[in-house]
Amino acid sequence: MQLRSLFAAVALAATTFTANAAEELVVYSARIDELIKPVFDAYTEKTGVKISFIADKEAPLLARLQAEGENTPADMLITVDAGNLWQAAQQGVLEPLNSAVIAKNIPAQYRATDGSWTGLSLRARTLAYSPERIKEGELSTYEGLADKHLEGRVCLRTSQKVYNQSLTATMIKTLGEEKTEAVIKGWVNNLATDVFADDTALLMAIDAGQCDVGLVNTYYYGRLAKQNPNVKVKLFWPNQADRGVHVNLSGAGVTKHAPHKAEAIKLLEWMTTPEAQRLFADLNQEYPANESVEASAEVQSWGTFKPDTINVEVAGQLQPEAIKLMDRAGWK
Amino acid sequence: MGRNVSASAARLLWYPLALGFAALVALPIVVLLLSWGEIDASIWQHLWQTQLPELVANTVVLAVGVGAGVVLLGVSLAWLTSLCEFPGRRWLDWALMLPFAIPAYVLAFVFVGLFDFAGPVQGTLRAWFGAGLRLPPVRSTGGVIVVLVLVFYPYVYLLARGAFMAQGRGLMEAARVLGLSPWRAFWRVALPMAWPAIGAGLALALMETLADFGAVSVFNYQTFTTAIYKTWYGFYSLSTATQLACLLLLFVLVVLFAEKRVRGQTRVAGERQRSAALYVLRGPQAWAASAWCGLVFALAFVVPLLQLLAWFWQRGRFDLDERYVSLVQNTLLLGAFAAAITVASALTLAFAKRWRATRKMRALVAFGNLGYALPGSLLAVAIMFAFSYLDKTLVIPLSTWLGGAGKPLLLGSLAALLLAYLIRFMAVAYGPLDAALARIRPSIPQASRSLGVGGVALFWRVYLPLLLPGCLSAGLLVFVDVLKEMPATLLMRPFGWDTLAVRIYALTSEGEWARASLPALSLVLVGLLPVIGLIRRSARD
Repeated sequence: MQLRSLFAAVALAATTFTANAAEELVVYSARIDELIKPVFDAYTEKTGVKISFIADKEAPLLARLQAEGENTPADMLITVDAGNLWQAAQQGVLEPLNSAVIAKNIPAQYRATDGSWTGLSLRARTLAYSPERIKEGELSTYEGLADKHLEGRVCLRTSQKVYNQSLTATMIKTLGEEKTEAVIKGWVNNLATDVFADDTALLMAIDAGQCDVGLVNTYYYGRLAKQNPNVKVKLFWPNQADRGVHVNLSGAGVTKHAPHKAEAIKLLEWMTTPEAQRLFADLNQEYPANESVEASAEVQSWGTFKPDTINVEVAGQLQPEAIKLMDRAGWK
Repeated sequence: MGRNVSASAARLLWYPLALGFAALVALPIVVLLLSWGEIDASIWQHLWQTQLPELVANTVVLAVGVGAGVVLLGVSLAWLTSLCEFPGRRWLDWALMLPFAIPAYVLAFVFVGLFDFAGPVQGTLRAWFGAGLRLPPVRSTGGVIVVLVLVFYPYVYLLARGAFMAQGRGLMEAARVLGLSPWRAFWRVALPMAWPAIGAGLALALMETLADFGAVSVFNYQTFTTAIYKTWYGFYSLSTATQLACLLLLFVLVVLFAEKRVRGQTRVAGERQRSAALYVLRGPQAWAASAWCGLVFALAFVVPLLQLLAWFWQRGRFDLDERYVSLVQNTLLLGAFAAAITVASALTLAFAKRWRATRKMRALVAFGNLGYALPGSLLAVAIMFAFSYLDKTLVIPLSTWLGGAGKPLLLGSLAALLLAYLIRFMAVAYGPLDAALARIRPSIPQASRSLGVGGVALFWRVYLPLLLPGCLSAGLLVFVDVLKEMPATLLMRPFGWDTLAVRIYALTSEGEWARASLPALSLVLVGLLPVIGLIRRSARD
């Protein structure tokens, strides 16, 4: 008798579990909790579809996807750069999609050519400088950071960060390897101090007077300016006369072995719509990838710029070359 | 006769048991070794030409610097607090263990935040002495060594302190009767006799140093481990990364072997609690002792705690919500489970080695302790690949055959995470247990047997009570280490099992050091109680 009821309880638990599992999407996210959870919450509220996720760095998440293979519980992978999305597609863990919604919402240079992933927000990597110590006309281009007059005045983040690797990769594509190496040697030569572990520390070093100019993603500036409105740092848009400001992206793809593929595609498509784009980009003061959506007022106050329209897949393709080049040039 | 047969049968059990644990640890290591199947010559060539010589040099400098530092701090502090009397000794005795609750990555970001050019200390100095003031850089080889010494010295301190207290008064008195000055008695008698314990602490500190990624990357100090991550994350070459990790493991094996050789056959002194101080320091000597202990405590604990509190007040407190209840709960539960499992396993291994002390057994046990030297993320990935293989070849067919759902069980389960902790922290638990077991002289169980207490009863009535303090130490060490563990927890936690370390990762990965003060502070507070328990338990009156 007792045994029977135990079995019944187990069976009940099992069915409730599977019933839940059927409508619960699983996401592996390199975007941290607070930059993604509000978006998921909004979707759950709208559709009733529950989403659970784990956040970690891209490489371990990718390795987990590969290890799990066709048994993966993950329906979607979210990264914070294009290079890792390209790599995920290379490893065959993403499902190429042919979605009219995504094609309509997101410009082609921010999507995979085979549809296996799409950008969701744009991250401009630009110059940050001290308006007190940098005079009008001293800044022009990324390449200009290697000029003699900036010797001992430049700050850089470590070359181990993918944002710098992506920037270097796109420079290799447009300038060629030789020219890029000369430029980066010039940057390293102009360093005021050892490279920093993160963009925020770099901005604070400019503010404190340790160096005059550096390379940062704009949202780090936004975050710092929000905390400290008196911060003595400004943004400069380089290369406006030629290729434009380097833009990376945070994006996502549906996994090849997604247990709920149709639901996952619906979620990804929704994330490219204006409603979600607004939320996704504004959470971190990024630029929406959907061009019909305007950036937040605060982001717009930093001015408008011409972005580099090179397809961001290059960042992934040339990443190993970029790292080798940075190593040769002595960028730590 | 009958008892002899059953006793030898019971002893035969140790081989399969030890083999089982060795196999468990072997699982991820085999995965690592399999990576040699494909070699990416272009990456190796690049590493060889531009990186490896510098990385090896950096790593050796770091290991030597941290090794020398932890021995200097650990031994001198342990000597002072265990055998001398000076103002403040009573509380410094346990307070000096508190830095163990601070994760290396937390101390690193606190130090850089506090002392770097843009930080409050240099900012204040510039306000006083002019904007042109330039101090030596904090993010330097010296800086990273200081931080790692301050977080890892407690391993040596804890073990050396236990050894000094166990040596007892008689030993040092004998040395002095034989004409040695206190100083020479320390060098010629106390230190050599405490070396097994000091060596064990040093080995733990060095393995932590070699596997560390969080702290060295805050300092941008490039080591062998940072190169492993760079090869994996940057070159997308997990196989080359695991090959590098194999080389690191090989290096650790050599170091461990050398340490064993140096340690030789030194016998461990029996446990005897000391009751009174041997040397009562007075005047300048006493003040120097207080100042030295106080300085280490201030740098390793008070300063970082104050900075964390300041950040908490500025930023962290606005994030405090009900989520932290479950974060703390998860952290405690994982730590407790992992501690229990790891201590039980380490105890089995220690007994196996005691009762079947063959070469083969010693090799198996040494192998079982290797997980500690592997960089955490890589160990996690290797375990994942091993488990997914088991899932595919064993679990799914078996569950389908039994009429189940045919779903993978191991990957993403709590059991997988706990096994990862077990593999990683086996060495932490094994050290104290092995030492505790070594202190039980063979004459004790022999006497028990002659009194008719044997087999299982011998274990419950003789060994366990004698080993309980060792078990407690081992368990608390593992517990605190699991609290601080980040990479394996990040990757392998089941959904909903976020811990404080996971929260620290989320904030620091975005450069939000000040906001990370809330989870960091919570982690330190949660870790403090077990650390205090660890040290108070063995305090001298």
